[in-house]
Amino acid sequence: MGTEKKKKIIKSIKVDLDKCHGCRACEVACAAFHSSPKYSIVNPARSRIRVYRNELDNVFLPVRAGAYTKAECEGRQTYVINEQEYGECTFCNAPCPSRDLFKEPDSGLPLRCDMCESDPPLEEPMCVKWCLADALIYEEREEEVEEEEEIKEDELELGLELMADKYGLDKLIETVVRMAEAREGQTQ
Amino acid sequence: MRYAETGFYLEIDLSTGNIERVASDPRDTELYLGGVGTNYKILWDRVPPEVEPFSPDNIIIFSAGLLGGTMAPGANRTIVTSISPQTLFTGFSILGGYWAPQLKYAGYDKIIVKGKAPGLVYIWIDNDKVEIRDASHLKGKSTYETTRLIREEVEQPLAEVLSIGLAGENRVYFASIETATSSASRLGMGAIMGSKNLKAIAVRGTKDINIAQPLEFMDQCNEVLDYIQYRLENPIPGVPAILSFIGSPQEMALHDEKWHTISFSWGNARIRRKDFWNEEVEREWTQTMENARKKLISCYNCPVRCRGIIQMPGYPSYTMKCFSKLTYVMAAMADDLDFGFKIAAIAQSHGVDGFTTPQVMAFAVELYEAGILTDEDLPDFPSENRERFYYLLDKIVKREGIGDILADGVYWAARKIGKGAEAYDHNTIKKHEQIPIKLGMLNPIYYIMWSTGEKANITQIEGQLPQAPLPKEIREEFVKDWIQIPTGKEEKFKRFILEWGEEGKTFPFWPPPDLICELVEWQENMHYIDDSLGLCAGLSSFPLKPPYHMHNLPALISYGAGIEMDEERLWEVAIRVRNLVRASNVRRGMRRQDDKPPEDHWKKRFPDYEAKLLDEYYEYRGWNKEGIPKKETLQNLGLDFVYEDFVKRGILKEE
Repeated sequence: MGTEKKKKIIKSIKVDLDKCHGCRACEVACAAFHSSPKYSIVNPARSRIRVYRNELDNVFLPVRAGAYTKAECEGRQTYVINEQEYGECTFCNAPCPSRDLFKEPDSGLPLRCDMCESDPPLEEPMCVKWCLADALIYEEREEEVEEEEEIKEDELELGLELMADKYGLDKLIETVVRMAEAREGQTQ
Repeated sequence: MRYAETGFYLEIDLSTGNIERVASDPRDTELYLGGVGTNYKILWDRVPPEVEPFSPDNIIIFSAGLLGGTMAPGANRTIVTSISPQTLFTGFSILGGYWAPQLKYAGYDKIIVKGKAPGLVYIWIDNDKVEIRDASHLKGKSTYETTRLIREEVEQPLAEVLSIGLAGENRVYFASIETATSSASRLGMGAIMGSKNLKAIAVRGTKDINIAQPLEFMDQCNEVLDYIQYRLENPIPGVPAILSFIGSPQEMALHDEKWHTISFSWGNARIRRKDFWNEEVEREWTQTMENARKKLISCYNCPVRCRGIIQMPGYPSYTMKCFSKLTYVMAAMADDLDFGFKIAAIAQSHGVDGFTTPQVMAFAVELYEAGILTDEDLPDFPSENRERFYYLLDKIVKREGIGDILADGVYWAARKIGKGAEAYDHNTIKKHEQIPIKLGMLNPIYYIMWSTGEKANITQIEGQLPQAPLPKEIREEFVKDWIQIPTGKEEKFKRFILEWGEEGKTFPFWPPPDLICELVEWQENMHYIDDSLGLCAGLSSFPLKPPYHMHNLPALISYGAGIEMDEERLWEVAIRVRNLVRASNVRRGMRRQDDKPPEDHWKKRFPDYEAKLLDEYYEYRGWNKEGIPKKETLQNLGLDFVYEDFVKRGILKEE
């Protein structure tokens, strides 16, 4: 018996490095869109897309935040562009313990690009809309995927995961149980 | 909560090492917005006119504008304000790039620096952590190298750094302040940093800027962005290419340099070469440019790519915009663009103004050819002009030999050299070198702007109007969607464009003085608004038909900063700031005799008529015959403290 196939829209953003001129409008639009209430805060440190820049060496590279990784990697790759060396971390999209990129500045919670999922949906993600240089190109394609229950990595789960890493899962469960009991006690 | 602004200034005394974070007065935001407006309030309060530019008592302010770092496209300007070593009046100079937004994200609207460090230092701001660090290892380092080294030292490759080079350290009167992609070039602000032993300021910020009415503000920003796109796709037809776009003149994108090379003057602002531009030159220059320019880039949160990354083999790469492409070439009478790109690479590494520097050097060459400067002054002076420029640049930034005199600019150098050198100082106003344009018939609108502009820089005053009548066939079309005109002036200004150039409606005795005053006021006010909000003039006060104007700016201020603002109030703020800047200069001695264009700017001059025009403009602005704001004017603007000070100093008589 084969598993059911279903059609799914895969959304992606293509980056044309030749066109990026480092204006960071994508960061501004992203941070503003994801603030709450919407557009109430602008702070590129909260953006889920960041433009790595080395202006005088003509390096402009937008990177979108990917999945949180709890372990530091070895980062042994080195890139050479225009005779300048760049470490692997420079262009990496993962929020990780070794740096504060793609983490909320106050809480340290990891950030991840969600393609500006919202209700009603946007025509295209905000960073793409604000990129008049057309360095960011929104693409949708249909793919057949095996039907499985989707694992939702929403902010709560990411946050919990981070805390589990820090304090241990047992400790976390213990605390949650204690909190639940305390709350129950209050309502009785 | 404060909106759009952070509500805090960073006060640093380099003499004592004291650093404080001080809350600003929100009432000042309502009166002066921010940027140049609030800078001048602080300068007025703290720097009495007796203070010399290089005194530790002088201050230098590095400010973002009120909208800086918000979603408003192009709100990225850093406004530097101090006393100019060259003009001895107040001076403000502006740079783009990324620095000011970063300052805001670190939690400050301004840095106010006073005193003088005992040795060379730099300031490192990482949000709340602010340090004054030793910079002795950066002494003499180029601006490019300084940026790179500081980024490495603080381990923040994206920290924004502004710095001075050798010229600033040596207090060259036209030393600039440089960032990786932008410069504050005019009026010697780099020399003030040097006088304080301040090599650089690096900043990194990860804090929030709050928006008062988010959805409404974003709507406005989206509209601005749409209009930017519209204007990028629809250059104004019928005007020279250079005037048809928004942004800074698109010198890094355009290859057609006919307009600049045949209309502007070469050498020491002397000769027009009306037949210079031809196919061969165009071919050669295009090739040079294509090879040198690696990419067109923009400033923070702006889609217009005004700047080019320039890389000449064997020279450090740097960024350039606008007319700097030609200033060295034309001043040196060099016919190759190659030279311009190479010498600019060196000049920017030392941090000097790309407008003034070539003119100072062309002036020195003229003096040498006239026998006023001799081989004794210029030992081993090369015979070839381009080589001479490299020679002079090196002497100037090091203040070596004759360079020590030339480093004060044309005006002061001419007086120190004597022997008739004063006659060669023909293109300065208020002791400051001007754009090398020499024209025929007096333009009465430009006459007022050249004469009375506080910044002594025409490009910082002009903008909303073409400089010559439009071709007849495009006038109707031009005024049709001319939405930028302030309310109540639409009919008048449109009629001006439609009639200008018709029989009897030509310069110099047309338009009537009251209309001239209104057209000047509009252009000036827009610049004061931009410089207070921190908006790039290239999206606002400088090009024809810009995205920002009197009909969307009040809403952007209201929704962004939560300040009640409408067109009438904003107009009043602009006039208040304009008067405070004038008053600050009046207090340092600026009078009617300083309000004049370069003597030979126009061949045809009309002294009596010009005097009448100046009288009319002063009257229109509410100033007396000496160009001093009157009691009533000051009090109506809430500038009573200026009036009181004027009375105390005997500048105005008590009424």
